Amino acid sequence: MTVKHAELTQEIQRQAKELLASGEVAAFLGFSAGSLPMTTRPFVARTPQEAERLVWNSFCTVNLANYLPALLKSLEPPRSPKDPPPTGPLPKVGVLATGCWSRNIVVQIQENQVDRSRLVILGVPSRGMVDRKKVLAALQGKEVLEAQEDDHSLRLKGKWGETELSRWAVVRDNCQSCRHPNPVLFDRLLDAASERQAQAPFSQIEAIEAMSSDERWQWFQQAFASCIRCYACRNACPLCYCSTCFVDDNRPQWVGKALNAPDVLTFHILRAFHCAGRCTDCGACESVCPMGIKVRLLTQKLSKDILTLFGAEAGMDVSVPPPFTTYAPSDQNPFECDTCSSKGKKE
Amino acid sequence: MKIRINDHQLIQWIQGLITKFQVFYPLQDANSGVVHIQKATGSLNSDAILKPVSGVPKTSIKTFFMPQPEVIARFSIAAQDAEAFVLKEPGTALQTQVLLNIRPCDARSVALNSMPYAEDPYFQKMLKRTVIIGRPCDETCSTCFCELVGGSPHGTEGMDLVILKTEDGLALEVLTQKGADFLKQNPCAESAGLQPTPQQQGGQELPIVAREMQKKDLLALYNASFWPQIAEACINCGACTFLCPTCYCFDIQDEVAGTKGVRLRYWDSCMFPLFTLHASGHNPRGQKVQRVRNRFMHKFKYFPDRFGPVSCVGCGRCVKDCPVNIDIREVISLMQAV
Ligand code: SF4
Ligand code: SF4
Ligand code: SF4
Ligand code: SF4
Ligand code: SF4
Repeated sequence: MTVKHAELTQEIQRQAKELLASGEVAAFLGFSAGSLPMTTRPFVARTPQEAERLVWNSFCTVNLANYLPALLKSLEPPRSPKDPPPTGPLPKVGVLATGCWSRNIVVQIQENQVDRSRLVILGVPSRGMVDRKKVLAALQGKEVLEAQEDDHSLRLKGKWGETELSRWAVVRDNCQSCRHPNPVLFDRLLDAASERQAQAPFSQIEAIEAMSSDERWQWFQQAFASCIRCYACRNACPLCYCSTCFVDDNRPQWVGKALNAPDVLTFHILRAFHCAGRCTDCGACESVCPMGIKVRLLTQKLSKDILTLFGAEAGMDVSVPPPFTTYAPSDQNPFECDTCSSKGKKE
Repeated sequence: MKIRINDHQLIQWIQGLITKFQVFYPLQDANSGVVHIQKATGSLNSDAILKPVSGVPKTSIKTFFMPQPEVIARFSIAAQDAEAFVLKEPGTALQTQVLLNIRPCDARSVALNSMPYAEDPYFQKMLKRTVIIGRPCDETCSTCFCELVGGSPHGTEGMDLVILKTEDGLALEVLTQKGADFLKQNPCAESAGLQPTPQQQGGQELPIVAREMQKKDLLALYNASFWPQIAEACINCGACTFLCPTCYCFDIQDEVAGTKGVRLRYWDSCMFPLFTLHASGHNPRGQKVQRVRNRFMHKFKYFPDRFGPVSCVGCGRCVKDCPVNIDIREVISLMQAV
């Protein structure tokens, strides 16, 4: 049985206060309460008092790793682009990390986006986060005015009265299919390790793979038809740190910028491929999408392929390089194209 | 002027409109519970028309006035074409479109957007072709704050016609000449000869928040200490501005396929990196905090200074769908306290 979220909140506040008071960290990255039921805000505490605002609950759906590079940089002494990088120890950041977020931190370390020595990682074994959109669907769109969570249920109140839902039934798809709820990299672990492990992590993907190619094309068009190109999915993703994303480039312009279907689909398929071998299935992209699009199915398909083809999972171990960043002349390359029947070299 | 109508007459009227025009109305998706504005087809959902779900649909009606994207010109790049690179009218046929069951906040957004777009030919064309049939709110949502920003759950600004609930059924009221003309050509029940209800003359009084903001020193607001805290969690996405009915920024691009080109106008957002990016590479809003500040400063200071009202109708969409719960109501209070 995991420690209740209320107890975790207390523990997080206590440890964050201690880290800030002792000066070990200059900032602590966590969540504070949101203004609406079932929401939280990514929040940076800079004083022990501010740490009292930290919370932990089932609605912490945004990936905190996304904020780390900018937060670390903001704590460095100001310098102009031509100045040499600062030397000597720099201020540290305390951060909460579930299984997937800790794996994103590993990827960030591997890709030189964050410096491990400047992090104090407080690991939190995850119980799975709740999907607000699933709750809304279960209530047929009725507005929730109050949400209370117990260990295994959610009690939702509104003008219609009160409804109790099983918590697990409204947990996010990516959390339901998660095999690594426990942090892989941490300085302190705040709770006993979770024993849950999804039995069929790729069942959603297998259902799509089972379709004919025409059906899949239909599915793809349908699934992204309501996209408004707000880029919340991209911007919530800790992998998407390019200073200019290919969709924002306009000289040359790689892809049209409005809602014409080929452009929307190009954006999504390319973004997914840019995340191949790096995505930890944290589900932030899907959680932040205002239109309820199942964005992560694309990246999850690639995770499945990477696991099948290379036996690799992103961010499990800092010392194991990601599959797409290594090259050896002896690499297998049994590539055969069905369409043009060109053959790759087999070695 | 208004007339009484019953449920049956309303549905019949709309059935008739569908055969002649493109009619759009908010409809709830049975699986997700989310309300979207949908095109009405033969199989009309009468319940959704008679008893619309309270609150606003997911996306606003701005797409009917600022299509995403809109073709504003066509051109050819064929070398042998004598008129290569000459911009031509797009030649898109613009038929009447009817927006049904539109909430007061969304209708009011059209009136507000008409201020900066008073001389914009594209917006004005769209305005002319659109008939807005409004529907006041019997019930509000916790995220609604229309009254704070100068609207009302029973407001009619921006509507041509409005469907009202009376003690013993429904009523249809005519608000504009456009509405009267539309009804003349497409009568509903005993609507023959209905004239617009005289509207309040000489501009409505500005809401307190607009008058307060007008009085404030621009630089004091601009340099307020709270902007970095507000911006810290923001991921600079376009969820707030794209869902917002009163965000009207656009950008223009040419797209060419073969020898044919189109000039497209499409939505932009002050949250995006290309917004106000200069050709030199410099961007006066290059940092997140500057972008976030611009969104609120534009809505609550620059716009009221220029046009009077604040550029927000209080629909609460940005509050509901900001991925990191940046709540505009809190930002308004902070700005008011400066
Ligand atoms: S968050 Fe959703 S609507 Fe926005 S760009 Fe991504 S998929 Fe499209
Ligand atoms: S903001 Fe006001 S007008 Fe808009 S839906 Fe809510 S109550 Fe109605
Ligand atoms: S700023 Fe927010 S509340 Fe105001 S009109 Fe826009 S989306 Fe609605
Ligand atoms: S500047 Fe920003 S806030 Fe103002 S209309 Fe444009 S996108 Fe909206
Ligand atoms: S929706 Fe929220 S996170 Fe996205 S740009 Fe707007 S304020 Fe920032």
